[in-house]
Amino acid sequence: MKARIKFRKYGVMRFIGHLDVMRFFQKSMRRAGIPIAFTGGYSPHMIMSFAQPLGVGVTSDGEYLDIELKEEIDPPEAVRRLNEVMVEGIEVVNFCRIPDDKKYSGMTIVAAASYKAILLESARSADVPRAFPVSWRGKLDEFLRQESIVVLKKTKRSETQADIKPMIYQMKLEEDGIYLFLAAGSEQNLKPDLVIRAFLEFIGEDPDSVPFHYHRIDVYARNMSEPKNSHKFIPLDSVSC
Amino acid sequence: MRKLALNDEILLKIEKPARYIGNEVNSVMKDKSKIDIRFAMCFPDVYEIGMSHLGIQILYDMFNRREDVWCERVYSPWTDLDQIMREEQIPLFALESQDPIREFDFLGITIQYEMCYTNILQVIDLSGIPLNACDRGDSDPIVIGGGPCTYNPEPLAEFFDLFYIGDGETVYDQLLDAYKENKKNGGSRKDYLQKAAGIEGIYVPQFYETEYKEDGTIASFKPTDPHARLTIQKQMVSDLTDTYYPMAPVVPFIKVTQDRVVLEIQRGCIRGCRFCQAGMLYRPTREREVETLKRYAYTMLKNTGHEEISLSSLSSSDYSQLKELVTFLIKEFKDEGINISLPSLRIDAFSLDVMGKVQDIRKSSLTFAPEAGSQRMRDVINKGLTEEIILDGAGQAFEGGWNKVKLYFMLGLPTETKEDMEAIPRLADKIARRYYEIPKDRRNGKCQITTSTSFFIPKPFTPFQWAKMYDKEEYVARAAMVKHEFQEQLNRKSLKYHWHEADVTVLEGVFARGDRRLSRVIREAYRLGCLYDSWTENFDNERWMHAFENTGVDIGFYNLRKRERDERFPWDFIDIGVTKDFLYQEWERALKGEVTPNCRVRCSGCGVMKYKGGVCVESKN
Ligand code: SF4
Repeated sequence: MKARIKFRKYGVMRFIGHLDVMRFFQKSMRRAGIPIAFTGGYSPHMIMSFAQPLGVGVTSDGEYLDIELKEEIDPPEAVRRLNEVMVEGIEVVNFCRIPDDKKYSGMTIVAAASYKAILLESARSADVPRAFPVSWRGKLDEFLRQESIVVLKKTKRSETQADIKPMIYQMKLEEDGIYLFLAAGSEQNLKPDLVIRAFLEFIGEDPDSVPFHYHRIDVYARNMSEPKNSHKFIPLDSVSC
Repeated sequence: MRKLALNDEILLKIEKPARYIGNEVNSVMKDKSKIDIRFAMCFPDVYEIGMSHLGIQILYDMFNRREDVWCERVYSPWTDLDQIMREEQIPLFALESQDPIREFDFLGITIQYEMCYTNILQVIDLSGIPLNACDRGDSDPIVIGGGPCTYNPEPLAEFFDLFYIGDGETVYDQLLDAYKENKKNGGSRKDYLQKAAGIEGIYVPQFYETEYKEDGTIASFKPTDPHARLTIQKQMVSDLTDTYYPMAPVVPFIKVTQDRVVLEIQRGCIRGCRFCQAGMLYRPTREREVETLKRYAYTMLKNTGHEEISLSSLSSSDYSQLKELVTFLIKEFKDEGINISLPSLRIDAFSLDVMGKVQDIRKSSLTFAPEAGSQRMRDVINKGLTEEIILDGAGQAFEGGWNKVKLYFMLGLPTETKEDMEAIPRLADKIARRYYEIPKDRRNGKCQITTSTSFFIPKPFTPFQWAKMYDKEEYVARAAMVKHEFQEQLNRKSLKYHWHEADVTVLEGVFARGDRRLSRVIREAYRLGCLYDSWTENFDNERWMHAFENTGVDIGFYNLRKRERDERFPWDFIDIGVTKDFLYQEWERALKGEVTPNCRVRCSGCGVMKYKGGVCVESKN
């Protein structure tokens, strides 16, 4: 029996890193009395896997974890019990059973994520947004019309040049932020700040002195009923819930 | 939503912002407009260390049960944030409300080890409170210290308004009520300190004066205020079952040193090892009822969600209901994926059996703390562990599949000779030999015997408080001699040896038995930039040596001098129940190598009987 939990991360909890959020949920499962299954062996651990890690500082309305249950539990009851033991800044919004078969399981199905990038008055506070300069709208169109968008991707071991354009499925400037729809998951993954930095460099701004706050809206799987390259996605909690 | 004291830019720049944002599960939020007393409880080290301390969790819970008190937590900012706070003049704040400590009524600091003294100054300083208690005004918080180091509070005397001597569970209510009362009556800071001085167990250092003899020792120590008591009586909870215990301790987001439910099964120790300060301070041994502990285990695991539970005490094997408790924990929680950790167990058939059940034998190691290598030396320190017991225990463990052993010893004990030191590697080697006696096909590869030595530091209120220490060179030479002897051993390839730094030992020695004149050394060291001295990567011995030079304080006076029977010690005004005569008698027995039986075998009349609690009143047959 498997279940998928969707939660929000906001407020001061954005300063808690991915590994610590995992620890937080392990302890929360015990506090809430969720009948979660364990692995065998000398030091059994909970069967639990998280979708897409979220960077420190980023808030989100669409975080997911999958768990294995050893007994049935009523989903609304599970949501209620979990929220009773949460802290301010984490809210469970959905708990749904998912089919046991492989193709839904784990977080291998993650294919895209959507974000909102908010321009800030100052890096000191993520709560005070600033309006976009008028010229940015036109410049964004130009940015996206480029043949390719080559950036330096840094990992712990190496720096490589990569064309991120194919991974940007959508990028729109609205009044309250730049909305991004980006490739995500284990195959290819693009972080929103990398796109925004490339854009700022393109328009001649210093990325380090133009502060943004990033907010993840949701995480998506490929819509299996559509052809493989169609870029049609559905939120993780709609896959089977 | 709570507004954080630090802005986003800072939080995203520093290491582990989770140290500073509060909001943890079970942390207590109150409406400050409905509160009479705001108490900031501090452990002067980094969050991960401070959050692992049981004492603070007990007091946090106890204070917050009072509706008129809001107790919050504060820890030392790590060096990265320390620098930013100084540059940007951000005052130190409490985790829950994120309000500046300066606005609080109390700043309570638990003082667990000598090497945190500069961190204490950091906390007071970053809070914007004058370092010297005498410079503080009516609007400054009352700075109060507690914990083991307050049994000789003198080196810190200048920096504290009050010291609380003893178990925190006893007179805090009185102290807080007196504060409320004084505030209501419009009393001054001094009025309050005078009232506090009248409460048992409370020491107000500014109300006393020390005079010194020509040789530097203390001539007299006298109250200068009519409210101050001549002696301060250690406070003690006699019934450990019927007192406070936090059923819902705060659960940190980040991994801390003690990331588990802790059950304090008893306080005190019956053994009477002569080097051990805790063994004397916390007399008499008091047990918590096993049925109560079982209930606590359920509730605390449920309320925290921790995946580990551990027992805490000075010597768990002496807890009379140990078997019952451990069997229960294994039966109830093992299958729930809860780890059970059992520190400080004596190795015997029972402990090997339960350890086999709760840990992976191949990965875990056995621990012995003989503390001294030779039987003669062990008799001097009154450590009732014989070579036979060690070899027997190790043998049983090896037969059971273990192959790793950790051994702990001290160097520089009183009367220690070359033979005593050489006995350390030899004992390690004998343990290895015992392992290789097992036929090859029945043993699990090579064995690994890891030996660590620390240098002995004489502590107040122990029989060794009269002992002299050595200088750094001598300590290093002793460790080198042990190392050399290790290389002579038959099984040297299976033996590993580590020793502790000698620099830190020297400083700990000075502060352990120091007097008021050391306040200026601590202040100078802090001014020179010493901080987080218990962290090897931050400890800077050279700066400390400068601090001693600049203040003209001689280390030798504190460490290298032999103390006479009639010397007045800086801590003599504190009465822990154990008499100075008993301690001296034990010191003389030590020098003769005579052992003293433990409290359950026979009472030795240490003086603690007057508290009428714990082991002293247990029925003895
Ligand atoms: S009075 Fe006797 S039983 Fe009590 S602590 Fe002292 S030695 Fe032990």
